[in-house]
Amino acid sequence: MSDFLRSYLTVVWFGAAALLLAGLLLAVSAAIRPNKPNYEKLLTYESGVDAVGHGWSQSQIRYYVFALLFVVFDVEAVFIFPWATELERYGAFGLSEMGIFVFVLLLGLVYAWRKGVLRWV
Amino acid sequence: MLAITIPYWGQSLLRVLGGIVAVLLPAGTIVYLFLFKMMSFMQSRLGPMEAGPYGSLQLVAEVGKWLQKEDIMPERADHRIFKMAPLIVLTSTFLLIAVVPFGPDAWFTNFDVGVFYMLAVSSVSVLGILIAGWASANKYSLLGGLRAAGQLIAYELPMVLAVIGVVIQAGTMNLQQIVFAQNAGEMFGWNGLGNPYILTQFVGFCVFMVAVQAELTQAPFDMPIAESELVSGYMTEYSGFRFLIFFIAEFATAGVFALVASVLFLGGWGVPFSWFGWKSIDGVANWMNVVGPIIMFSKMMLLVFLIMWVRFTYPRFREDQLQRFAWKVLIPVSLANIMVTAILKVVF
Repeated sequence: MSDFLRSYLTVVWFGAAALLLAGLLLAVSAAIRPNKPNYEKLLTYESGVDAVGHGWSQSQIRYYVFALLFVVFDVEAVFIFPWATELERYGAFGLSEMGIFVFVLLLGLVYAWRKGVLRWV
Repeated sequence: MLAITIPYWGQSLLRVLGGIVAVLLPAGTIVYLFLFKMMSFMQSRLGPMEAGPYGSLQLVAEVGKWLQKEDIMPERADHRIFKMAPLIVLTSTFLLIAVVPFGPDAWFTNFDVGVFYMLAVSSVSVLGILIAGWASANKYSLLGGLRAAGQLIAYELPMVLAVIGVVIQAGTMNLQQIVFAQNAGEMFGWNGLGNPYILTQFVGFCVFMVAVQAELTQAPFDMPIAESELVSGYMTEYSGFRFLIFFIAEFATAGVFALVASVLFLGGWGVPFSWFGWKSIDGVANWMNVVGPIIMFSKMMLLVFLIMWVRFTYPRFREDQLQRFAWKVLIPVSLANIMVTAILKVVF
């Protein structure tokens, strides 16, 4: 296997190690902890007051526009990274190209700003 | 380079063990030294004093206590997903440490796209937090989970954009190469100190640390677990050892982010290469594999001290201030930082 793939295999081992460690500790805990459930204990905790309605009730999600903006800017970052590593070679040409790119994106941010969506309403 | 060769399974085993130490040791140190002791001293009290000299065995006592706690799962919760959430958060911490280099040969993975990997994996924990909030079927948890998602999304961007400045300067996304570039670099033709990027990328460093503070949901960015309004946010319904996993992951992640920040901005495991006349990463002496981790640990403690200092000092942001700060201050500043860095890089 190439070194490249082996590095990713190491990542898999790390994920497995995390799960194994947590599983082991949870197993130890399961062996020694008491387990005496009753109705009151299993109620949803709302500061001691009886819960009204269900936790999965409707609620207003206030920042879906932020989520959309996030996608735009995150994809932008994906484009900037490869450019950043090779900037030395691209020189002034690459610089002005990226200047235009970032400027267009900033326009987008300014537009969202002016539209008032960057406010928590 | 190392003279001995270790078979692949041995290397993997060593790496995984090293990774576990690199996650748990900082987490324990941070909790005892900063959360227990420093916070207490800042608030004019002594903190834990009973277990061991100066309470140094308090952590052992705590883990023993949490192991014996009853594991209460609310009846209405989505049990399978409820159990999954802390594991996801902890796994994301372990995946994140996998990319941090500790010495010339003491690395877990040596990706050419290390920075990319680091940024990608660091956002996995959002999933764990979001499903923890949802699966609890509790209004506090749901609100906390949603706030956490909104906050982590908003502060992910300044973090990503702040790192681009470093990548432009180093010309690579490989973290080992970034360490090399800083320690072998020179300032105005003088290479006595190398060129740690905290000097040239100070704006980037500040933006990065603020974003890290928010990603870790430490005060003043602790809206998701605001204990005076949401009990404990997405962790409200968790009890017993599952809660402790969240807790460990939180402080382990603080340590790992500090390690990443020290690699990106403080020169990582290296000492200025000119001190010993090293020319390349392969020429670095073998003893750096032992000294490197110690240097990394010291830098981590320094940065975590900063994070905790801010945490214990400032009051909480309001949710709208928090979002406004990310979108209207940090993102424009970091975009400007990218362009200025790029222009300077091309001009000089």
